[in-house]
Amino acid sequence: MQSNGRRPVVDVAWQAETMSGAEQLDRARVLRRLRLSDVGFRYLTRAAAIAVLVILGGIILSLILGSWLALKTFGLNFLFANTWNPVTEKFGAIAPIYGTIVTSIIAMLIAVPVGLFIALFLTELCPMWLRRPIGIAIELLAGIPSIIYGIWGLFVFAPFLQQTLQPFLINVFGPVPVLSTLFAGPPYGIGILTAGLILAVMVLPFITSISRDVFEAVPPVLKEAAYGLGCTTWEVARYVVLPFTRVGVIGGIMLGLGRALGETMAVTFVIGNAHRISGSLLAPGTTISATIANEFTEAVGDLYTSALIALGLILFIITFIVLACARLLLLRINARVGG
Amino acid sequence: MAGVVNHSLYARRRRRNFITMGLAFGATAFGLSWLVLILLVLLWQGFSGLSWAVFTEMTPPPGAAGGLLNPIIGSLIMTALAVVIGTPLGVLAGTYMAEYGRYAKLTVVVRFINDILLSAPSIVVGLFIYEIMVAQMGHFSGWAGAVSLAVIVVPVVVRTTEDMLTLVPDTLREAAASIGLPRSLMITKVAYRAARAGMITGVLLAVARISGETAPLLFTALNNQFWSTDLNAPLASLPVVIFQFALSPYKDWQNLAWTGALIITLAVLVLSITARILAAQRESS
Repeated sequence: MQSNGRRPVVDVAWQAETMSGAEQLDRARVLRRLRLSDVGFRYLTRAAAIAVLVILGGIILSLILGSWLALKTFGLNFLFANTWNPVTEKFGAIAPIYGTIVTSIIAMLIAVPVGLFIALFLTELCPMWLRRPIGIAIELLAGIPSIIYGIWGLFVFAPFLQQTLQPFLINVFGPVPVLSTLFAGPPYGIGILTAGLILAVMVLPFITSISRDVFEAVPPVLKEAAYGLGCTTWEVARYVVLPFTRVGVIGGIMLGLGRALGETMAVTFVIGNAHRISGSLLAPGTTISATIANEFTEAVGDLYTSALIALGLILFIITFIVLACARLLLLRINARVGG
Repeated sequence: MAGVVNHSLYARRRRRNFITMGLAFGATAFGLSWLVLILLVLLWQGFSGLSWAVFTEMTPPPGAAGGLLNPIIGSLIMTALAVVIGTPLGVLAGTYMAEYGRYAKLTVVVRFINDILLSAPSIVVGLFIYEIMVAQMGHFSGWAGAVSLAVIVVPVVVRTTEDMLTLVPDTLREAAASIGLPRSLMITKVAYRAARAGMITGVLLAVARISGETAPLLFTALNNQFWSTDLNAPLASLPVVIFQFALSPYKDWQNLAWTGALIITLAVLVLSITARILAAQRESS
C-alpha cells in the first residue's frame, strides 16, 4: 500500500466538497482501490468456495480415471467376483465389500442402542452439572485417532476377546443350528467381530452427540404435557421424544454409518486381512479400506493398482450416498427446529 | 377387580421404567469406561518407554535402542504445511458462505458437499493425492503427504469459519458499513476480529484431526527410516511409524509404537481440550 492508503477512509469521504483538485484525485484513487479490493476479495472468497467443489470433483474424477483399467478389464464382474489373486491378476471386490458391510452392521447394532441410551441419560437423567463433563468425555472418544484404536485393539482388546467372549460364544451357540455357523471356528481374537466391536466404540460418539442435540431441541412443553399425564421417563422418551426427533436420530445414525464404512486404520489392525467370505463372524476377513491400506504400496503392476483404486471408488460411492442421505435428513430437522 | 389390574399395570410400567433407566446408566458407564480403559492402557504401556531418547534419537533398526525424532519432526512439518495450505482456503470459502453469498445457491451446494467431505473416508483422500501428485511426480514425497492432510483440514475450517461468522451480530456489520467501510474491510477488520476465537478453535480442531491421520499418509508421504526433512523425498510421520512398528514382530519396535501412540493421544487431547476451553470462553463472554 502507498502512503495515501494509510489515510483513514472516513477522512476521504467526509471532505468531499471542500477538497482541492489534488485531494479529489487522491480520493478517487483510494475509492477505486477500495472498490477493486472489494471486488477482488469477493471473487477470491467465491473461488475458494468453488475450490471445495473442485476438491470433490477431483476426488471422483481421479478415482474413476485410476480405476478405469480394472473396470474395463473385469466389467461388472469386478463387483461380484470372489477372487483376489495378484499373481494371476484376477480381482473381484465382493469379499472386501462383504467385510465392510458386515463390520458396519455389527458396529451399528451395538452403537445405535448404546448411543441413544447415553443421549437419553444426558438429556433426562443426568444432573445438570455433570452433563457437560460427560458429554465432553464421550466426544473425546471421537477425537482419539483411529490408529490408537488399532494398536489398542490388536494388543489389548483382541487377546481379551480371544480368551473370554469368543470361547463363550462358540460354546453357547455351538449346538444352535444357524448360530453355530455364525460363531464357528477357533477363537483367533482378531476377525470380523472384533473389528465390528471396535467400530462400534468409534462411531458411538457421533450417534450420541447428534441424538443428544436433537433430543435437547424437543420443546419442553411436549415433554411436560406427557409427564403431566403421568407418563414415566421411559414413556416420555419412547412416545414423545423419539417420534419427535426420529428424522434427526436417523440422520445421526447414517452419519455414524458413513464413518464406520470408511474407517481404515483401526480395522486394518484387527480384521486379519483374509480375502474370503466366511460364514463365521469370528473368522478373519477384510474390508475395502483395510485392503487398500495393506496392499497399495506393495501393489505391482498397473492392473493391481487400478483394482485397488476401483475399490476406493466403490467405497467412496457407498459412503457418499450414506452421508448425503444423513445430511439431507439433518437438513430437514434443522429447517423444522430453526423455522 | 379393575383396581387389581391397574395396580399390576402400574407396577409393570414402573418396572419397565426402572429397567430402561438402568440401561441408560449402564450405557453411559459403558461409553465412559472405554475412554478410561484406552487412556489407562496407553499410559501404562507408553509411559515406561517415555524418555529423552524418544525425542532425540532416530528410529532404530530392530533390536537396537532408538527414538522417534525423525517421525515426530516429519509429522510436525507436514501438519504445519497442511495448516498453512488448508487454512486460508477454508477461511476464504467460509467467508464467502457467511458474508457475500449467505443466501446464494452456491452456498447451499458448497455447505452440503463440505459436510460430506468432512466425514468422507480419509483413505480415499490418500488415493486422490496419490493419483494427482505421487503418480505424476513418480515418487512419494512429503509434499504429497502435506497436501493430502490439507485436503482434510479444509472442510473442518470451512465449517467452523462459516458457523462463527454467522454468529457475528449484524449490528456490527451495519456499524462498519455506516462509517463507509467497504465490505472487504468490514469482513477483515470487524467480522474476523469478532469471530477470531471461534476460528482459532476450528484450526485447532483441524490440527487435532490430522495429527493422528494415518491412512492418507500411507501412500503419499510413505515412510523414511532415516533423518530427512526433504519434502521431495518420502517423509516419516508418527502415525505411519506406529502402524509399521506395531505390526512388526519386534518387541522394541512395539514398545516404541506404544510410546508414539501415547504422544499422539496426549497431543490430540490437549488440542481438543484447548479448543473447547476457547469455545467455552466465547460462549460466556
